[in-house]
Amino acid sequence: MSYVAAKGGAQAIHAAHQMVAERNAANPDDLQAQIARHLHLSIDRIMAEASLYDRDIAAKALLQAQGDSIEAVFIVRAYRATLSRFLDSLPLNLGQAHLQRHISAAFKDVPGGQQLGATYDYSHRLLGYFQNLPAQEEAEAASATSGIPPKATLNKTSVMELLETEGLIEKSSTEPADAENRDITQIPPGFPASRAQRLQTLARADEGFVLGMAYSTQRGYGQNHPFIAELSHGSVNVEICPPELGFSLCIGSIEMTECQMINQFQGDSPDTATFTRGYGLVFGHNERKALAMALLDRALRAQELGEKVDAPAQDEEFVLSHCDNVEATGFVEHLKLPHHVDFQSEISTLRALRAQSPGTTVKHDDAL
Amino acid sequence: MMPYNFAYLDENSKRAIRRSLLKAVAIPGHQIAFASREMPLPYGWGTGGIQVTAAIIGKDDILKVIDQGADDTTNAVSIRHFFQSVAGGIATTTDTQQASIIQTRHRIPETALRADQIIVYQVPMPEPLFKLEPRRTETRILHAMADYSLMYLQLYDHITRYGRVAIGYDYPVMVHDRYLMSPSPIPAFDVPKMHMNPALQLFGAGREKRLYAVPPYTRVVPLAFEDYPFTPLQAQAPCALCGSTSSYKDEIILDDSGKRQFVCSDTDYCGKTSCK
Repeated sequence: MSYVAAKGGAQAIHAAHQMVAERNAANPDDLQAQIARHLHLSIDRIMAEASLYDRDIAAKALLQAQGDSIEAVFIVRAYRATLSRFLDSLPLNLGQAHLQRHISAAFKDVPGGQQLGATYDYSHRLLGYFQNLPAQEEAEAASATSGIPPKATLNKTSVMELLETEGLIEKSSTEPADAENRDITQIPPGFPASRAQRLQTLARADEGFVLGMAYSTQRGYGQNHPFIAELSHGSVNVEICPPELGFSLCIGSIEMTECQMINQFQGDSPDTATFTRGYGLVFGHNERKALAMALLDRALRAQELGEKVDAPAQDEEFVLSHCDNVEATGFVEHLKLPHHVDFQSEISTLRALRAQSPGTTVKHDDAL
Repeated sequence: MMPYNFAYLDENSKRAIRRSLLKAVAIPGHQIAFASREMPLPYGWGTGGIQVTAAIIGKDDILKVIDQGADDTTNAVSIRHFFQSVAGGIATTTDTQQASIIQTRHRIPETALRADQIIVYQVPMPEPLFKLEPRRTETRILHAMADYSLMYLQLYDHITRYGRVAIGYDYPVMVHDRYLMSPSPIPAFDVPKMHMNPALQLFGAGREKRLYAVPPYTRVVPLAFEDYPFTPLQAQAPCALCGSTSSYKDEIILDDSGKRQFVCSDTDYCGKTSCK
């Protein structure tokens, strides 16, 4: 299923739509299982924003929250807080992911190929669209969904590595996260935050907030000239290395969406001018979030890259302090709690102020 | 699916868009606000271009849709299907010479356009100054006073840093010696094709709710300095398929070792050149 590289964009789109329709078709009896299956993108969002990868828990929470996704995130976060941590996993090897989708917008074809996968991108937003798909005309189109398994294991050279070889993009930082910034849910970050802390915060940040901030950078509020080097969705093995064993074990696989974004070049001379990076990684299948995160990551690097910081999306403290929806909803909604004691004190103060002068406004002698 | 009016939008909406287009043609390069509708394709996919095409297309038109120069890229296929399904009976083509309307994203065809053709550009950011001044309330004033010093400073800044203007696409142009205009994110390579073009050039930005136009035979001049003239970059190699040395090329990565090949981005032109 190609994206642009070969002739046959029409078949690729057709197959992509069939994949979406097939996902909608199954019909298990159990309500929670139905939610996990039919609303899987909603489940992915809850897992990402709750920072807990468990489809059943997320489905249970969404059902309990009557479809309110922020409430569901909250429920899962509260549950997550009760879990004991016994080991850190080894870093995920995303080069070894089983990809269901892999596209590059920067190049027409890339190592690993363009793989469209299940996507709404080229569907028309007409009610009932997926129920009215045209019959498959071409044998190739049929084989794209049924004959060939949708997953392919790839250990490919990344587009970023190729650009790095040519010196066109800044080197990726290879320094491992130290104990201080390994997990923001264990050690809360201060400001300035490290990039690791920032990326963790953005990975669990509210999708709508991240989306809006990222969008502002595209409209001139913070510099950004982005190109998607690679956008991938697939499953990747999670491995642990228990100290008593001394070798690694695979304990399962999780779905991830990753975005490598190429951005405007930077540098003051022709020799030092290079493209710069923005990075997004999120649980489940959520391309909107991965893209927005990559844009925002790049915008937040303004200071590090010596750019002027004048837009909201470049202001680290502003973005990172307000992007968490459980925190935000808690404080906004707490206004519903009784506040009559403090309000009473405000009323008394205002009455006292007014009692000082006979009129309702203070008169100044020099008033015109 | 539900039945829709010819070309999706109702006749009154199409007429309103055509009225804005007439205004746009009357003031070359000037951005005209219009009541952009929600289309069944997402913002960013070409909703502005789709609305312009929907407003001007008639039953006798022959439509060509390209994205990145090619007719078979996914988005071009999708938009062509859209018009086939909602503008029943209209003919589509991949042949630049046969088309009466060409809707495009990011390219101008290599084949020269004629006076009886209209090219519709999909535009993400109609405001050429937005990277320098994000507030539209401010840029409106700058346009009114034809004050484009910000953009000239930007070019000057590039020259002092890099020794050349480092704008590869969406190169700012002056239209009819009056308005600074975004040519849409076409490569700088394509900009000279806009100048004195016999075809009507229409631009639609759906999300930003703006339309603009370059009428036939209008001056479109890229910004530059006398001692640093406009010098768009040319392709690094002839096309691997058709051998063309004059076309714009896509760079294709062939393998993991990073081997590259250059081929025409305009697939219709490439196919025709190969046949010769």
